Amino acid sequence: MKIDNSLPLEYSTEENNLKILGFWIFLGAEIMLFATLFTMYFTLENRIGNGPSGAEIFEITPVLVETILLLTSSFVIGLGIHAMRLGNKKAMMIFFSITLLLGAGFLGFEIYEFVHYIHVGATLQTSAFTAALLTTLGTHGLHVTFGLFWGIAILIQIKKRGLTPETTNKSFIFSLYWHFLDVIWIFIFSFIYLKGMM
Amino acid sequence: MDFFDRFAVPHPSFLIYASMVGIGLTMIAIVLGITYFKKWGYLWREWITTVDHKRIGIMYLLVALLMLFRGGVDAVMMRYQLSMPDNTFLDSQHYNEVFTTHGIVMILFMAMPFITFFFNYLIPLQIGARDVAFPRLNALSFWLFFMGMGLFNISFIVGGSPDAGWTSYFPLANNEFSPSVGTNYYMIAIQIAGLGTMISGINFITTILKMRAPGMKLMKMPMFTWSAFIANVIVVFAFPVLTVLLALGTMDRLFGTNFFTTDNGGMDMLWANLFWVWGHPEVYILILPAFGLYSEIIATFARRNLYGYKSMVVSMVVISVFSFLVWTHHFFTMGQGAFTNSIFSITTMAIAIPTGVKIFNWLFTLWKGKIIFTTPMLYSMLFIPLFTLGGVTGVMLAMSAADYQYHNTMFLVAHFHNVIIPGVVYAMIAGLTFYWPKMFGFMLNERIGKWTAWLMSVGFVLAFIPMYITGLDGQARRMYTYSESTGFSMLNMVSFIGAGIMAISFALLVYNIYYSIRYASRDIGNDPWDARSLEWATHTPVPEYNFAITPQVASTQAFWDAKKNGHELFKGKIEKIHMPNNSGWPFILGCIFFVFGFAMVFSIWPLAIVTLIGILGCLVYRSFEKDHGRYISVEEIEETEAKLRGAKK
Repeated sequence: MKIDNSLPLEYSTEENNLKILGFWIFLGAEIMLFATLFTMYFTLENRIGNGPSGAEIFEITPVLVETILLLTSSFVIGLGIHAMRLGNKKAMMIFFSITLLLGAGFLGFEIYEFVHYIHVGATLQTSAFTAALLTTLGTHGLHVTFGLFWGIAILIQIKKRGLTPETTNKSFIFSLYWHFLDVIWIFIFSFIYLKGMM
Repeated sequence: MDFFDRFAVPHPSFLIYASMVGIGLTMIAIVLGITYFKKWGYLWREWITTVDHKRIGIMYLLVALLMLFRGGVDAVMMRYQLSMPDNTFLDSQHYNEVFTTHGIVMILFMAMPFITFFFNYLIPLQIGARDVAFPRLNALSFWLFFMGMGLFNISFIVGGSPDAGWTSYFPLANNEFSPSVGTNYYMIAIQIAGLGTMISGINFITTILKMRAPGMKLMKMPMFTWSAFIANVIVVFAFPVLTVLLALGTMDRLFGTNFFTTDNGGMDMLWANLFWVWGHPEVYILILPAFGLYSEIIATFARRNLYGYKSMVVSMVVISVFSFLVWTHHFFTMGQGAFTNSIFSITTMAIAIPTGVKIFNWLFTLWKGKIIFTTPMLYSMLFIPLFTLGGVTGVMLAMSAADYQYHNTMFLVAHFHNVIIPGVVYAMIAGLTFYWPKMFGFMLNERIGKWTAWLMSVGFVLAFIPMYITGLDGQARRMYTYSESTGFSMLNMVSFIGAGIMAISFALLVYNIYYSIRYASRDIGNDPWDARSLEWATHTPVPEYNFAITPQVASTQAFWDAKKNGHELFKGKIEKIHMPNNSGWPFILGCIFFVFGFAMVFSIWPLAIVTLIGILGCLVYRSFEKDHGRYISVEEIEETEAKLRGAKK
């Protein structure tokens, strides 16, 4: 394997370059996935049937906490990648662990939020609006959940194998994924919650 | 026994029982055959675990041919049912199932794997690469696709076929109107196969962007690679829509949500819109690679450069953008209003412009060319007039006001078969004939090949031109019978005869393969057609590593320049080559997906959860696996090269 030392480790081999480009294209597909979900949500937003509307069930507190947790985690994983580029394995692992903890916190609040919705009678089956809401949020939540397991697997590999072209490549791609989820959340926060509460 | 009742076919008939027996016997015969000839190990080592793009391509080809015959039998059954008024060969329920599976099988499980076969086999060879960017993902793509195909195809003997049309419009497709599990199969089998297509889309884009031979700028790629690139960009942007759509449909059917229902706020038109936001680009995913193949074939047999290379590329890009902007034309009559319809009418007609540019480019390539009428060229020459006819009726359908007359009639059926058969199917068979010697080291018989092409075209004209007429006279599509007083019977009989002739032509294709295996010369060299691009520059059969030395490219037809104009393709000396290892996990993951899909179709939740954990487990295993591939040594390469060069003489 040819290693180009003038580049950061995650870009240093040809295979790594391929993987990063491939992942960017995958994120393009993910954008389409969420764009379709948003389209579906905006189409069904006001079709509440006999169920509650968004303004009736949205609560600002858990949503704000979730937003702060996820945005912070996105910042922290950036620090993690910075530490990785400096070759500081320990700092990087700490930042990645904090990222995952914040992600887990986000997920905890989201589960609380879902329980709340079901409690006030906005279940998956209630109306087109509730189904659209829970599906859109749920898809994002599933992505975060998947990310948690993925992140843990990467942390274990870094602990065992150190910062190699492979582990850094995986970490970098994971950070792209995590930032992407953050961007999606900003859209969810602005166009589902804020717009819905107005 | 209640548990097993759900697997029974809800609407059985003699034909279904007969095919159950047939499938059972075939399976037993295959298993016994492989065991008798002791081929299990060979099958596992050389095919199931392979990550070689050429072998994966050939597996796609096998699936496509198999499905061509499955879908073809459906087609002949439909034509026979309609050949006489008040025919009782199929009842209405069976007719529904047959046209639904015919549509899905032909589009998603025949045409899609056929083009994916060409993507797999040709892209790395045309750009001078050793494999695709992610060989294992490529294997995974195939196995996901294969398992989705398998799951879909067992539907008619386990639980019942889908019967809501290939478009599966809601509310028809909901639990109330489609109570059998057939539509569950539709939602889940296509989801699994679609996942495979998505992954291969990402794979091919990365391959084309990053792995081209030195000197091959984007504007120096062979035209097929360009068309494949654009088609895969469309795949990556259109298939996520399908993913969401099928997931929502699954939730409506399995979890009682209200996305597409008619109460509690549900909106059935949302399905139709989202379906065609995916469905229309899908049409161009099929036709653009077909255009790419025609470009290769016409340039080769006109012995000229492709006319208007840049305008070919630009027109494909324009088509790919427009393909996302026309979806409403599939349901002009479903209440959008005049303004919306007008806009989509105009965008639809606008697509005819870049397509027309391509047709003229092919004609100008032929102009003053030294045309050689081989079988692939014959298909291309039949394609141009027949496809243009289909395009013109497409413009007729695009006029939204006039569409009220044609909508849901046989006119539409005639139109889309008129573009798909001469457009896609001819390209697939022409391409297959063209690349057959590269894959298998002998050519298909030209005489039988030309007979096949002419028979297919005669059959095609007889089968589909009458539909234009009955459609204008008001014969609705998807009706399982009609009365004698309608006067449709004569033309439908002609159509059935045409379908029969087409069936004979496909049988002739199979006979041609058999005949050529037995009698064709093996002494054909590496370049039997005197062709123009890189795939012909390597040996036949293509060695595992494709090219011993990475080729240097300076023009759009590097190999032609190397043959005629003294361009040097292979500079430098042989170095050791890095290749990926074979792996069994794509197949295993595919199998787990199959069981997961089956559990979802029948709502067997414990099994679904267990298999879902299995899928995640496979991913974790893969994440921790260390695999740096292997190297082929210089001696080994030189030995292979010497052997292949010797075999040439």
